[in-house]
This record gives sequence, C-alpha cells and structure tokens, in this order.
Amino acid sequence: MIELENVTMTYPGGMTALKDVNINIEKGEFVFIVGSSGSGKTTLIKLLLKELDPTKGDIRVAGYNYRTIKKRNVPKVRRRIGVVFQNFRLLKDRTIYENVAFAQRVVQTPARYIRRRVPAMLTLVGLADKYKSYPKELSGGEQQRVAMARALVNNPDIILADEPTGNLDPKNSLDIMNLLDDINKRGTTVVVVTHNKDIVNEMKKRVITLKKGVVISDEKEGGYIDED
Amino acid sequence: MKISTFFYILKQGFSNIRRNILFSLASIGTIISCLFLFGIVYAVIVNFQSGMKDLENNITISVFFEKDIPQETVTLIGEQIRVLDYVNTMDYISPEQAWENFCENKYDDPEAAKAAFGDDNPLKDSASYEVTLKDISRQPEFVAFASGLEGVRKVRSSEVTADGIATLSSLVGYASIGIVIILMLVSIFLISNTITIGITVRKEEISIMKLIGATNFFVRAPFIIEGIIIGTVGSVIPLVLLYEMYDRIMNYVIGRFTVITSVFAFVSQEDLFRTMIPAGLILGIGVGLFGSLVTTRKHLKV
Ligand SMILES: Nc1ncnc2c1ncn2[C@@H]1O[C@H](COP(=O)(O)OP(=O)(O)OP(=O)(O)O)[C@@H](O)[C@H]1O
Ligand SMILES: [Mg+2]
Repeated sequence: MIELENVTMTYPGGMTALKDVNINIEKGEFVFIVGSSGSGKTTLIKLLLKELDPTKGDIRVAGYNYRTIKKRNVPKVRRRIGVVFQNFRLLKDRTIYENVAFAQRVVQTPARYIRRRVPAMLTLVGLADKYKSYPKELSGGEQQRVAMARALVNNPDIILADEPTGNLDPKNSLDIMNLLDDINKRGTTVVVVTHNKDIVNEMKKRVITLKKGVVISDEKEGGYIDED
Repeated sequence: MKISTFFYILKQGFSNIRRNILFSLASIGTIISCLFLFGIVYAVIVNFQSGMKDLENNITISVFFEKDIPQETVTLIGEQIRVLDYVNTMDYISPEQAWENFCENKYDDPEAAKAAFGDDNPLKDSASYEVTLKDISRQPEFVAFASGLEGVRKVRSSEVTADGIATLSSLVGYASIGIVIILMLVSIFLISNTITIGITVRKEEISIMKLIGATNFFVRAPFIIEGIIIGTVGSVIPLVLLYEMYDRIMNYVIGRFTVITSVFAFVSQEDLFRTMIPAGLILGIGVGLFGSLVTTRKHLKV
C-alpha cells in the first residue's frame, strides 16, 4: 500500500530531513511513526501526500509511483488518503459542519449524502453539539477532533495522522486512538505520528522510529524508544 | 458534473466577489466603460455604413450624347457601359423624360411650365443614361471610361466625394477601436488583479483543497465563475443603457435636424441590437473568462 525506497529529502535550504529511508507498509497495517522533534516525521507525511517531492528515491502509494504519476491522477491518490495535519489546518471562516462537509464537497459528493454523513462523523468524534461553532471557538483538542472527522469523512483507504492526540488529555487521546484502531480493523491502513509514549507502549503495534531523518528501528509489536 | 457541485462552485464564485467587492466593482466598472464606448462606436459605424449604402444607391452619373447621333451609337454606348462589372443599374432617360424631371424639380408649378413651352422641348438633346455604381469609390474610373467612349458629349458625376467621408470615418473608427482595445486590456488587467487577490486570500483553503484531493478544475472553477460574473454584469449594464438611449437619441436627432433625416435613415433599434447584444456579451464575458483563465493558470499550478 505504501512503499518508500531509498528516499532522501533535502529542503531547499540544505537541511536533509530524511536520509535513505526504506519503509514498506502493507494494506490493513497499523503503524506508529515516532521520533524526537525534528526527526523528519512530518516530512514523511508530506511526501506520502505528494505535498513534497523527494530529492532521491521512489515513493509508491496505492499503486501509483509518485515519480511517474500523471498530474491528473494526483487528486485520485489523495482521495484515497485521509489526513490529519499536525496543525489541524481547519478553515477559520467556516463552521465545524462546513469544515467537515468541505472535504466531501471537494471530492464532489452529492449534497444529500453530505447532509447525512457529516453529522454522523461529528457524533463519532464527540462534537455533534458544536457543529455551528467556528474553529476559534473550540479548544485545541476539539479542533483536533474536527480535523479527525474531516480525515475520516470520505472513507479513505489510508489514514495519515500527524500527532492526532497532541493536544488531548489521556482520556480523549485514548478515545481517538481506539477510534483509529476500530477503523483499522475494518481494513483501513493507518499511519500515526505520535509522541504519546504510553499509548504506543500499550497498543502493541508496529513502531517505526526516526532519528535525524534515519530509520533506526522498525519493530512488529514495538514500543516507544526513548533514546534521549 | 454533479448538480450540487455546480451550485457549490457557483456559490463560491459569488462569495469571491463579495469578499473582494471593491476590486470586483472596479473591474465591472472598467468593463462597463469599455463596452459603453464600444456600443457607441458600433452604433455609429453601423449607421454610417447603412447611410453610405443608401447614398451609393442614390448617386447617379449621367452620360450625355453628342448632338444628333444615330440610335445605334446610343445602343452601343449602353452595351459598353452595361458590361462593366461595377455598374449597378443603367436607365435610358429620353429627352421627354428629362424635360419632365427638370420641370418637376425646378418649377413651383410644373404643369404651367410645361404648358408654356408646349411641344418645344428645350432638352431635346439631353437624352442620357443614368448609371449607378456598386462601389462609389470607382466613380472616377467610370467617368474616365465613359468620357472616352465614341459619341459621349459629357459625363456628369455626383459631387459627393465618397473618398473624403470614407477617410474621415475610418480615422474615427480606428481611433475608437484603439480606445476600446486599450480599455479591454485595462479590464483584463483589473480582473486578473481581482482574482489574484482572491487567490491570495484563499491560499490556505486552496492548499488544503488540493491535499485532500480536489481536481485542478474544482480549484479553478470558482475563480473562473467570478470572471464570468464580472464580465456578464459588465456587459449587460452598458447594453441596457445603450438600448434605452438609442431610441431617445434617434428621436431627438430626427426631431431637431430634419435636414439630416432627408438624406439619411437611422438603423432601427431592433436591427442594431440584434447584432450588438451578442457582440457586446461575447466581448464582456470573453474579457472576464480570458482574465480569469490566464490568472488561475498562472497561480494555481499543482
Ligand atoms: N519547509 C522547510 N524548509 C526547510 N526545512 C524544513 C522545512 N520543514 C521542516 N524542515 C526541517 O526538516 C527537519 C524535519 O522536520 P519535520 O517537520 O519533518 O520534523 P518532525 O519530526 O515532524 O518534528 P515535530 O515532532 O516537531 O513535528 C527539521 O530539522 C526542520 O527544521
Ligand atoms: Mg511534525
């Protein structure tokens, strides 16, 4: 489902965020990506979304090779991915309802389907009563859950979540992780970037650890590696 | 495209305009002045051309014969004129008819004048061919040709110099077209700026849209709709204004300057606007569409 082969990413300024990374994630897997700040986790997510192009190496997602993919197929891959951005990236001038509905409008979902699907998603993340609020009226954790609802609303094959519990208390964090686990059990491939040591250790999932842009560990039922 | 997508895009297009109302109004204003001027020039040119046509059809050249020439020569002259490809019509005017026409035109009481001369036709040597040309600019050519024919005494051509009018009108025409083109360029520039601002304001939204799988078309469409709306409003307003004004001006001129109307008939409002409305809409919407297409292409690359 997701394949990185000798991927190196050097930013225009000269900073090498990922170095010779090889990762292979099968369909239906649940993978944690961990590593200290600046280790290249977000860069990895951006590469998988084709928000960035790697300096070297090959990336294959859902059967498309990003090096050779035709322009018009880029939206097609992205539609198969649901993404939770590290900084949420909600639209400030739209209500919570509209923020989630937005993801469906973008992929041209019929309006009557949107009207049923969006409230269901907001209920799932526990924000049914806030649908009329604007992002600035929500706490960081609530905004994060809106971002989550938006990522899930189109029933993607792959979920990329960049610290989806970064602003949540332990209880809410666990809820969100359990939600991702449920979705994974129904066949969705899930990639979660996190700093949440307890949850990683508890869930016994595959854990890929990055350090300064290099994969230093990739374990089947791994734990959180705390080198520093 | 799904109906709901269409309405969503349309709504976004309108919302783009609302958010950026000052620039949108400036763009609309420029298109309005551009098309208003275009409409005036168009109306003048169409009327002028129709006037020229009327004039050409009315200008006759008379070819007079030498005294006492045989009928065969007259016929021969006629044949030589008739074969010219730029001759429109040719009529033989007999001396009787010439005298009759003369009396009708020159005397207050034609019957009395005719009676006074009795059978004595003062114009008995003034038989002629009256010729009209398809193209009035070839009048000098025709005069030279006819004057050279055997048996022709005199060729009397009209004094209206088509050349002078044509030159003046084409000068005015070129100047106006130049101004219209400049205004169109300014319109395109303003529309492009308006849309660039819209794109800048919505940068974050556009980038999220793309990352969650929006097609290029979906991202561009609201801005193109914005351009089309600006172009449509910008062309409908001047067309309505001109439509209302045209009849009024026409009636005013007819009422005030009867001299003009005796030689010149206005093109009817209906005839003029049958072509001017589509031309104006195509221009206005074209400017809007072109401006938005170019701008979105430049700024919204994936
Ligand atoms: N747009 C950019 N231009 C230049 N350098 C960048 C850019 N984005 C990230 N970097 C650098 O690349 C490295 C990896 O950044 P990245 O955002 O992937 O880290 P991260 O693992 O997500 O960190 P965190 O846990 O703090 O989110 C960092 O050193 C960062 O400074
Ligand atoms: Mg990060």
